[in-house]
Amino acid sequence: MTATATALPNRAKRNLTIAKAMAEALAQEMRRDPSVLVMGEDIAALGGVFGNTRGLLEEFGPARIRDTPISETAFIGAAVGMAAVGMRPVVELMFVDFFGVCMDAIYNMAAKNCYFSGGQAGVPMVLMTSVGGGYGDAGQHSQCLYGTFAHLPGMKVVVPSNAYDAKGLMVSAIRDNNPVIFMFHKALQGMGWLGTVQGSINDVPEDAYTVPFGQATIARTGKDVTIVGLGATVHLALDAAQELIAAGIDAEVVDLRSLVPLDRATVNASVKKTGRLLVVDEDYMSYGVSGEIIASVVEAGTVLKAPPKRIAFPDIPIPFSPTLERPALPSAEKIVATVTAMARGGR
Amino acid sequence: MTPTPQQYLWMYENMVKSRAFEERIATAYFEGKSPVFNMANGPIPGEMHLSNGQEPCAVGVCAHLDAADFVTATHRPHHIAIAKGVDLDGMAAEIFGKKTGLSGGRGGHMHLFDAAVNFSCSGIIAQGMGPAVGAATAFKLRGEKRVAVAFIGEGAANQGAFHESLNLAAVWQAPVVFVIEDNAWGISVSKAQSTAVPHNDSRAAAYGMPGHRVTGNDPAAIFAVAGEAIARARAGGGPSLIEIETSRLAGHFIGDAEGYRPAGEKDALFARDPIPTLRGKLLAEKVMTETDDLAIVKRAESAVEQAIAKARAAPFPAAAEAYQHVFA
Repeated sequence: MTATATALPNRAKRNLTIAKAMAEALAQEMRRDPSVLVMGEDIAALGGVFGNTRGLLEEFGPARIRDTPISETAFIGAAVGMAAVGMRPVVELMFVDFFGVCMDAIYNMAAKNCYFSGGQAGVPMVLMTSVGGGYGDAGQHSQCLYGTFAHLPGMKVVVPSNAYDAKGLMVSAIRDNNPVIFMFHKALQGMGWLGTVQGSINDVPEDAYTVPFGQATIARTGKDVTIVGLGATVHLALDAAQELIAAGIDAEVVDLRSLVPLDRATVNASVKKTGRLLVVDEDYMSYGVSGEIIASVVEAGTVLKAPPKRIAFPDIPIPFSPTLERPALPSAEKIVATVTAMARGGR
Repeated sequence: MTPTPQQYLWMYENMVKSRAFEERIATAYFEGKSPVFNMANGPIPGEMHLSNGQEPCAVGVCAHLDAADFVTATHRPHHIAIAKGVDLDGMAAEIFGKKTGLSGGRGGHMHLFDAAVNFSCSGIIAQGMGPAVGAATAFKLRGEKRVAVAFIGEGAANQGAFHESLNLAAVWQAPVVFVIEDNAWGISVSKAQSTAVPHNDSRAAAYGMPGHRVTGNDPAAIFAVAGEAIARARAGGGPSLIEIETSRLAGHFIGDAEGYRPAGEKDALFARDPIPTLRGKLLAEKVMTETDDLAIVKRAESAVEQAIAKARAAPFPAAAEAYQHVFA
């Protein structure tokens, strides 16, 4: 549970899954603003494969909760056109891995129209997409691709680790005048057919609220090492931090929440305090988020007590068999081992 | 549906203006590019795709549109932009990469945006089709009588986006018209080499929408077919597809040696240049006099000369301006 998820006074706690928090944010924004609509595959009667549009068809009807053909190029392109004429479309790309059939609409139009129009044509749209593996779905349904989207200019990119942040980030995303890629991790989503990391379910106020972009949170305060995570890896880091107490290591865990814009200041301040940095990312190792975070800290001139480390998915396609996939994924055990070694050197 | 004399004169003047604009752009484009042709040099660097010969497609369709209607065009956009009423000064300045351009020099000739008249174009084949379906769907959702038109080339009819967008438009009965400018060439590959059917209007049937083919590069014939399709869309009758036989009088881009063209093709195309053809018709049918013609040509050329002169005189953007407008 993050530091932001504090119960408000005079209100009973209300623990929600990320799926329910997303659906609630969508419903509240749709009630508030008639220009908001949702499009995607299986988002109407089914309520979304990942449950984040459940109940919306009944309230808003098929004109604003639109099931699409399996035509990502057309419907994401259509969202760009809707945004150009005053709508605020939210589109779902069911799995981020499907980006290969529609990336032109995303990074050549949604991400560039504001720039190429000299600011005349903003593109207020949200693309929500599921990420992450660990459940045996192989490499066309398990990638994170955080670095891929964050690398390309013109899009904001957010990755919630819990329901409170998911709702607030979704409200911010819908109200933002730019394309926002909202990447939700399947292991945190709260689906009946897939296990859910319990830490992702937390207290969510009923009234609409925003979580601003570009603000990381300290999910756990500590003094010996900074562990930076995002989405599911925040929970691995928190589990590892719990185990590290026994070894006398007090770990601080930073939840990035937003990749674009990126809160380098919070990361730098934490590493300045602890002197040690480990980045844990489920996306591929090379050319990605982990390298970017380490570069930010090094460029800031922060004095380190040990070389910075990263744990990420190796540079291989994500395999199917559990004996191939699971050892390749980041884990609390890997974090404990790495942090222990880092702490040994230079304490 | 036949054009009124006023509509004929509007179409003719915009064709003349487009041609005059492109002639001056071509002249400026070659500045600084001799004796060695290097695309990076001169006042207009980069690729330059001229639309001369294709003006009838733009005017025949846009005669039925107003500023509120939404148009997406291609990498070959000038004739459509002019017919849609895009600010000529801003467009010229954009092509010269100036601060006063439509997007302050960030987009150039393939990325012309004028929100005031709901016009945009882009550099990827068939890319504008999805946005046109989306804009049209928004109009329908809000009960507005606006329509969207996506212009594409015949090469775009083999893109996935073409087929996905036709299907989506039909499923949602969006007020959108897809207009194919068939100039017979996708850069150097002929339509016959690349396309499984002789004409793309037949592909409309696969998506349950009307398909029409207009031959002869004739503004009046295009006006008639486009008028029906746009009126149908505006009245809630759903999407349609039109393929227009037209002529690419220039190469794919300036600098294209066009060695792939059969001998004599260019001469034959110039012999059927739509502008002198329309001029002859309007004079013969007494829609205009020689004096009217001179006045139209003078007005069009004067607007173009002023736009080009202002563009040349305008300041370049400062390097720091590259960092603006990444986000709204």
